[in-house]
Amino acid sequence: MSTIVETHDDHGHHGPAKGLTRWLFTTNHKDIGTLYLWFSFLMLFIGGAMAMVIRAELFEPGLQIIEPEFFNQMTTNHGLIMVFGVIMPAFVGLANWMIPMQIGAPDMALPRLNNLSFWLLPMAFGILISTLFMEAGGPNFGWTFYAPLSTTYAPETVTFFIFSVHIMGASSILGSINIITTILNMRAPGMTLMKMPLFVWSWLITAYLLIAVMPVLAGAVTMMLMDIHFGTSFFNAAGGGDPVLFQHIFWFFGHPEVYIMILPAFGIASHIIETFSRKPLFGYTSMVYALTSIAILSFVVWAHHMFTVGMPLAGELFFMYSTMLIAIPTGVKVFNWIATMFKGSISFETPMLFAIAFVALFTIGGFSGLMLAIVPADFQYHDTYFVVAHFHYVLVPGSLFGIIAGVYYWIPKWTGIMYDEILGKLHFWLSFISVNLTFFPMHFVGLAGMPRRYPDYALQFADFNAIISVGAFIFGLTQLLFLFIVIKSIRAGKKANSEVWEGAGELGLEWTLDSPPSYHTFTVQPQVK
Amino acid sequence: MELFKFFFHRLLVVFLGLIPFSLFADWDLNMTRGVTETSLEIFNLHMLIFWICVWIGVVVFGIMFWSLFKYRKSSGAVAAKFDDNFWLEIGWTVAATLILVVMAIPSTQVLVKAYDDSEGEINIMVTGYQWKWQYKYLEDNVAFFSNLATDDEAIHNRIPKGELYLREVDEPLVIPINTKIRFLITGNDVIHSFWVPDFAVKQDAVPGFINTAWTNVPKPGIYRGNCTELCGINHAFMPVVVRAVEKEEYTAWVAEKIALAEVEKLLTEKEWTKEELIERGEKVYTKNCVACHQVNGKGIPPVFPALDGSNIVMSDTSRQIEILMEGVGPSYAMQAFGKQLGEVDIASVITYTKNAWSNKEKGDGKEVTPKDIVEYKKRIKL
Repeated sequence: MSTIVETHDDHGHHGPAKGLTRWLFTTNHKDIGTLYLWFSFLMLFIGGAMAMVIRAELFEPGLQIIEPEFFNQMTTNHGLIMVFGVIMPAFVGLANWMIPMQIGAPDMALPRLNNLSFWLLPMAFGILISTLFMEAGGPNFGWTFYAPLSTTYAPETVTFFIFSVHIMGASSILGSINIITTILNMRAPGMTLMKMPLFVWSWLITAYLLIAVMPVLAGAVTMMLMDIHFGTSFFNAAGGGDPVLFQHIFWFFGHPEVYIMILPAFGIASHIIETFSRKPLFGYTSMVYALTSIAILSFVVWAHHMFTVGMPLAGELFFMYSTMLIAIPTGVKVFNWIATMFKGSISFETPMLFAIAFVALFTIGGFSGLMLAIVPADFQYHDTYFVVAHFHYVLVPGSLFGIIAGVYYWIPKWTGIMYDEILGKLHFWLSFISVNLTFFPMHFVGLAGMPRRYPDYALQFADFNAIISVGAFIFGLTQLLFLFIVIKSIRAGKKANSEVWEGAGELGLEWTLDSPPSYHTFTVQPQVK
Repeated sequence: MELFKFFFHRLLVVFLGLIPFSLFADWDLNMTRGVTETSLEIFNLHMLIFWICVWIGVVVFGIMFWSLFKYRKSSGAVAAKFDDNFWLEIGWTVAATLILVVMAIPSTQVLVKAYDDSEGEINIMVTGYQWKWQYKYLEDNVAFFSNLATDDEAIHNRIPKGELYLREVDEPLVIPINTKIRFLITGNDVIHSFWVPDFAVKQDAVPGFINTAWTNVPKPGIYRGNCTELCGINHAFMPVVVRAVEKEEYTAWVAEKIALAEVEKLLTEKEWTKEELIERGEKVYTKNCVACHQVNGKGIPPVFPALDGSNIVMSDTSRQIEILMEGVGPSYAMQAFGKQLGEVDIASVITYTKNAWSNKEKGDGKEVTPKDIVEYKKRIKL
């Protein structure tokens, strides 16, 4: 009799496989989420190291450490790795961990596909990074890889780059299919669409954006491949093509991509602000509509990246107006977050600090975005450090702080151990100060006329560049502290209960599970009222 | 309420009074005001949008940080339960829209006024090359290249950097003041972008297409700008320098340029000695070749091959002429200099490379005369 019970137990609560095979062959959403997050963390340090090389070279005028050729490889790979290797996989990792737990599903809908979409990523980035060690050098044409610099004039390794982008795209598309299928089919009974947690909503919309635009990116790199190896002239005027066509295709992908990198952070911030304000999220419905509007508008604003390519007046005006419209739903989101804090009972644990910084600093990035939308003014801003300041404000204290906030918020749930609050706060304050020290002066040097992607610059920019580099080094080093905090909260520390945060038990299904949750959760669907 | 008003006024004073923008002027913090009507309008528009954003920021962040302070749990705040307010949502959506309309109206006005591709009194073709600018005056048939004049030694910190580090060229673009100038902008190889902040002119130079921009400069001066589209290794080393002069001075300058071109033509006929060729060749080399092949002729392999010790340079004269005239492309970025340099310059730079560095001892040390280049051109045309 007892043997039968044991067998039953084994069957019901079986844990992960042992050793390397657990990670290679896993179909478990939690394991795959962990893989994604560690992969993204590793890439953060690789892409971050490249940023350190860039900032070291820019510390003072003149060429000291590296030559322009390698500098261009650094800026290009820093961008590609941070976009495709850090922000996107980190959000997919959070989605893998949290979506099934937030909607009361036992796992993702397509677990084997899930394994494939992760393991494609190390392949893609292995190929990309290996080009840096090849004789011709890695991609050096900027992360936006404008033709013909990336086709006719590219180093021979561009073919590896194209292949690598294809694999990244495949990984993203497969991941998105999985997320959409999971959200639409596996919600617990009673969880209607308008009762879904906002992180789930933000990911549902993000996944649709990914499915819509990753094939466009694949199209762009395929056309490059044809131009380079098969004698076509898509982007070559001498053969009847048009280099600007590349930019239209790229940004038709690229602008929704920008929102792909921020929408899930909106979801995370909503949860955190609601939790630590101890007050329900203000304007849930308008939050969902705002997310949807941003996603739809993202398809009709792409040419605001190209105001200087020579567009007709009607085109300039259209893209200026449509871009300005985005400020409305984005503003609504910020107002809703503030209204959530208003009359709350607010405490300032690390995730909340990062979430508050996210709202404030993302808004600053939003202001500079609005300024950049104004076409005549953009003639002066375009391709200067003002643009670099803008997108780093929305991507670092925006997306990256959103991710870090999410990790602090959910890590006690994942590991069952509370992170070190003192170290967490230290991490926050060091990051907050250094991120502003790094990126705020970039507004000034940009307005004063320093173009981006310059390995060397005129003397009047020297003081600010030195400050920026110091800020960047501090920010870079601070993230090692984050690594330490994460490892510490996996290994040992104060145990977390299932609710983790005061009152969170009522906020979402994930807080009804044990901390850490068992290897398989919600094998019986919960009821949502 | 009184207290609130007091703080509000204080804030106003701090923002408008204590930090006037004139204070920042020397710090190079803000956008270039520039000298043209367009650049001033754009500067004012930029300031308008900036202050609107600042005020939205003050209000939004003010409410946010006040809420964070007032409703902190540590002070015993108890959370309210409300989670929606329809009219508030409608209200701030409408308010945001209205602010955007206020921004859109002047933006549209400035843009419509600045947008003009009609012919100028003077029309200049601007062509971006890797990594220099070519200016061609369409009416006067004057054309020249403008290269970075900063010494490579300064870039590599072996000699001190001058005040105009990376902002100086060997020959600036010259334009008359109070004249409508139209730029016809294109690229020879990759996309470049022609930017002069003082004119608020920034336009991409796209190979195979011609973009236009215009300006009308009211006062003489030297205006400095950059290439602002990533164009390869020396993207940071192809500045734009414009010298705006009085109309009479401009006319004189054009006449001088035309006369110089005549002299240049005569030079082709002249009998050159080897020493003369080498001397001139060194100058041509410094101006056109060092960016890639380096002062010491070692190049930056594998992209830019070494000339020092190269078999072609040392002993294959006809192939060297061909490479210089036609270029090697596209995976090697060697441009076709036949279109860029005159016969004398091509001949002298080849003679220089054959007689410089270790090539002097190891190679055939031959000389190439302008006549050889003229012959090559004849042969190719046949």
